[in-house]
Amino acid sequence: MQIYLPIAEVSVNIFILLGLGGIVGFLSGMFGVGGGFLITPLLFFIGIPPAIAVATGANQVVASSVSGVLAHLRRRTVDFRMGLVLLAGGLVGSTLGIGVFARLSASGQVDLLIQLSYVLFLGLIGALMLQESLRALRRTTRPGAKPRRSHEHLLVHRLPLKMKFRTSGLYISVIPPIVVGALVGFLAAIMGVGGGFIMVPAMIYLLGMPTKVVVGTSLFQIIFITGFTTVMHATTSFSVDMALALLLIVGGVIGAQIGAQVGLKLKAEQLRILLALLVLAVAAKIALDLLLQPAELYSLTPMRLP
Amino acid sequence: MIRLLAFLVMITPAFAQETVVAGLSQTRVSITAQFQGSEILIYGAVKRNAPEPEGPPLEVIITAEGPAMPVTVRSKDRRFGLWVNTSAVKIDRAPSFYAIATTAPLAQVLTDTEDLRHRISIPRAIRAVGVAAENLDAPSFTEALIRIRQASGAYGLREGAVTLSQDTLFRADVALPANLTEGDYRVRIFLTRGGEVIDSLENTINVRKEGLERWLTNLAHDQPLIYGLLSLLIAVVAGWAASAGFRFLRA
Repeated sequence: MQIYLPIAEVSVNIFILLGLGGIVGFLSGMFGVGGGFLITPLLFFIGIPPAIAVATGANQVVASSVSGVLAHLRRRTVDFRMGLVLLAGGLVGSTLGIGVFARLSASGQVDLLIQLSYVLFLGLIGALMLQESLRALRRTTRPGAKPRRSHEHLLVHRLPLKMKFRTSGLYISVIPPIVVGALVGFLAAIMGVGGGFIMVPAMIYLLGMPTKVVVGTSLFQIIFITGFTTVMHATTSFSVDMALALLLIVGGVIGAQIGAQVGLKLKAEQLRILLALLVLAVAAKIALDLLLQPAELYSLTPMRLP
Repeated sequence: MIRLLAFLVMITPAFAQETVVAGLSQTRVSITAQFQGSEILIYGAVKRNAPEPEGPPLEVIITAEGPAMPVTVRSKDRRFGLWVNTSAVKIDRAPSFYAIATTAPLAQVLTDTEDLRHRISIPRAIRAVGVAAENLDAPSFTEALIRIRQASGAYGLREGAVTLSQDTLFRADVALPANLTEGDYRVRIFLTRGGEVIDSLENTINVRKEGLERWLTNLAHDQPLIYGLLSLLIAVVAGWAASAGFRFLRA
């Protein structure tokens, strides 16, 4: 069954869209990532124009994040105070990032920048997470091994402006979360994603938050970042396709619910290994696209008449 | 009166011995959510006021052309081991859709001079409106544009797809793909003999979005802020509904 998408002006099979939304929603609910780094390349692949894929992908991420957050809310695994602090930084970073993005697209090399930052960040984060979680898994499976100290004194404990984050069990300065939020917001705007895959490891390794809380808090923060991006894209480039978004959302919200249930049954280390492998796979795919000679050396960018 | 008519009948062959009359099965195409492409039948006849002339056979060429848009064609090259976009050529106007159907191979039914004059073949239809001289290698960019659009089915040449019976009646089907751009589609019909165009006719197919598609497109362009917020609202409501629905199912 085909459907004609009004803004994208392409005709796509309904079940492919529902399926794509479902898969990405499932991963989103399980890992607490928005799924933008998956949905956007997948939409390119089925022939949706890039600008529309990026903007509509952001809209879909809003829905799956809302659905995921509600599931976490009932389990009290959302740290609102931390989420708001991260968000304050995030909005500043993403406004800056959208400006830089616009300047680079005018110069014509924005594709390369997006691909390189995907490879760099996804590769780096994936590798770090995989290495760390494999080590953690080996520790927990070996009986009698010493558990990781829950209270390590890092740089985050020595800065001023300390605040109590009860849900996370932290008493740290607000400066690191704001900086992390701004950095993630900036990168998210450049790469056209929600930034969960950067946010989740940053919360675990830089802020020392417990993994269970990280997922819900990251989703909470992603709702606002991607909501902001959606409205920005709709007003500046008219590139949000509501029909496409709706189909992805219907698949996505259902997937996210199932994902959140499955995620709770898995051990935190297993969850992190799976996310690391997924992130590495996407990075490898994009790296290969840059390294191998493409079958068609030319590409078309149709421009709409105003 | 009768004399005048007789006079007109006598003098018309001096101007045009054969003229084309034609119709389309539909002159309006509505793009709705279920739109899956449309097949347009183009039919017509050759009107003669004198016996069919001797010489090369009569041939028919039919073209259908979508609205033209500017296109940037970029080419990749290897820099520091990576395949990156290195150069670009902007083609001012290229039709979003272009289909040609003929009764025989195009090279037989049309001379280069006539092609140049009427801009019938695919390369002519694009070059006609000019490639900016910003790159020495411009022809290869135009070729790439044609190659990519032919592969996607947006451009096509179907030689022998027009059926001509008794040198008088002709018909052809033009398939408009599902990925259609809104606008006026120009249909042209040419009669040729020995490669020379002896008559031509032009018609328009009006392709418009309808219903929900129309409403969404208008809203997105006229009220972008409301449209953006509405998209956001749908996302939030859908997210909440899924969460509530699943809780209800488990309870």
